[in-house]
Amino acid sequence: MSTLTATAEAPRTAPTRPAYRVTGRRVLSSEWAKLWSLRSTWITLGLGLLFLVAFGLIAAARYRSMVGTPRMAPDFARSTAVSLSLFGTNFAQLALGVLGVLVTAGEYSTGLIRSTLAAVPRRLPVLWSKAAVFGLVALVVGTLGAFVAFQFGSGIVSGTPAAMGLTHAGVVRSLLGAGLYLGLVGVIGTALGALLRSVAGGISVLVAGLMLIPGLTALLPSSWQDDISPYLPSHAGQALFALTQDATTLSPLAGLLVLLGWTALALAGAAYRLVRTDA
Amino acid sequence: MIDARQLTKRYGEKTAVDGLDFVVKPGTVTGFLGPNGAGKSTTMRMIVGLDAPTSGTVTVNGHHYARHRAPLQEVGALLEAKSVHPGRTAHQHLRALALTHGIPRRRVDEVIELAGLGSVAHKRAGAFSLGMGQRLGIAAALLGDPQTVMLDEPVNGLDPEGVRWIRTLLTSLAAEGRTVFVSSHLMTEVALVADHLIVVGRGRLLADTTVSDLVRAAGGDTVQVATEDPARLRDVLAGPGVDITGRAGSEELQVTGLTTREIGRKAAEHGIPLFELTARTVSLEEAFMDLTRDAVEYHGSTTGTETPETAGRTA
Repeated sequence: MSTLTATAEAPRTAPTRPAYRVTGRRVLSSEWAKLWSLRSTWITLGLGLLFLVAFGLIAAARYRSMVGTPRMAPDFARSTAVSLSLFGTNFAQLALGVLGVLVTAGEYSTGLIRSTLAAVPRRLPVLWSKAAVFGLVALVVGTLGAFVAFQFGSGIVSGTPAAMGLTHAGVVRSLLGAGLYLGLVGVIGTALGALLRSVAGGISVLVAGLMLIPGLTALLPSSWQDDISPYLPSHAGQALFALTQDATTLSPLAGLLVLLGWTALALAGAAYRLVRTDA
Repeated sequence: MIDARQLTKRYGEKTAVDGLDFVVKPGTVTGFLGPNGAGKSTTMRMIVGLDAPTSGTVTVNGHHYARHRAPLQEVGALLEAKSVHPGRTAHQHLRALALTHGIPRRRVDEVIELAGLGSVAHKRAGAFSLGMGQRLGIAAALLGDPQTVMLDEPVNGLDPEGVRWIRTLLTSLAAEGRTVFVSSHLMTEVALVADHLIVVGRGRLLADTTVSDLVRAAGGDTVQVATEDPARLRDVLAGPGVDITGRAGSEELQVTGLTTREIGRKAAEHGIPLFELTARTVSLEEAFMDLTRDAVEYHGSTTGTETPETAGRTA
């Protein structure tokens, strides 16, 4: 049609028809604007950061108050400044994962998805942009939180057996690993929200996958346990940010690869549903 | 320009849209009419690619909607009013949509003014009334300055001033050469603005016609005559362009193609006494009801034997 009318109508229509175009970068900027224009984003990110820092400090303070006393459990006595400071990761992952679910499933619950997909009918750029934007934000918040928690946590435990500085071998890798883990949990949350199209459903699966299933593997015969347990997303993540590994856990690199595998699986499921099912 | 060919959508056993063929042309307002559940919304969702057709195709300006480089510039659609996150302001919502296409901020402000939302542009959409939500949906539809504007039940929830605004808007959009496609289940509402009508019922195309043709097809202007000798009156009145119907053994005849004056004069010339001579003008509403009678999903009743619940579903 445009080729037919180009010569005849171009002079008349050209000034009134600006050349708009959907591009990947523009979809990204739209999702960026969408993320920051909601109050829930600020609140949940703030909570995630608070959990990460506050629980790290509480764990460090508790260690300091108990160190050297006979009440201290042997496991807790083996803590390091890193493991104490990153104690809040468990809680922060909930906040960031839930916000990830809200980023996608929230569009379905409000009906906004119809406007979004009418603007970007190819659909997949919306999912990639949401995952990238929120994954990046969760990564930054998680990394920032991990370093802040360590900064203060290591101060609290200085002079105890757990004392450790940033220059200690593996510390920076652990802290970056914690940020990366939280970023990937955020991406998994967005994928689950897009896959299930329900806020409640997405949060349930997220909590089950990160917290309930790891507990349930304890019910399995121990030979199976060793085969399955290290490959669960939360355990793979722990391998990524733990300072030391033992025989039952994966190496940090293997943990990262396993976690990336889970993320890719969730995104693939979300992409399939997004493209295949009516909005 | 919207072109639907054998467009079909099935949800399991239920066929929502059944082999629709129609073309919506630019430069006029086309009304999309049908009772509730006739498949209007589903058809519109398929046009903008939210639902995939089970079979058949629908294209906009020659291409599938999703194939366009700037979809919002091709079709601006208002589907359900609440396609907005209640936590964002009108401005933030429109800005987010504009960003996907590189539509400048200036245009966002323009459509906000155009939709009369200037005073509430920075209020959260969750606090909007039904009418304001509808205006925000229309602002979003106009954002890309689209060639085709498609609105699903646009006057729902609008006050009289808003209804008049929509009418003026639709007519002026069509006058600018755009394709305007408006659905409604109210014939009277559409007849005020639409030149062309596409009528559906139970997912099937019932009529693809103009307002005046629809009235004519539904019986147009009929004259009801009652006489002692209907057989003789038939012979007297018969002629080209005249159509006479009547039940056997009844004194009443329905005549189209002649005025009451002509019928009375002819009867008098032949000495046939008339008992009744009444002009019946079929209203647009009646024409529509006739057309869709068999296609209405939920019938109301005035006999009072139904429960209020089932009767209420027609509303």
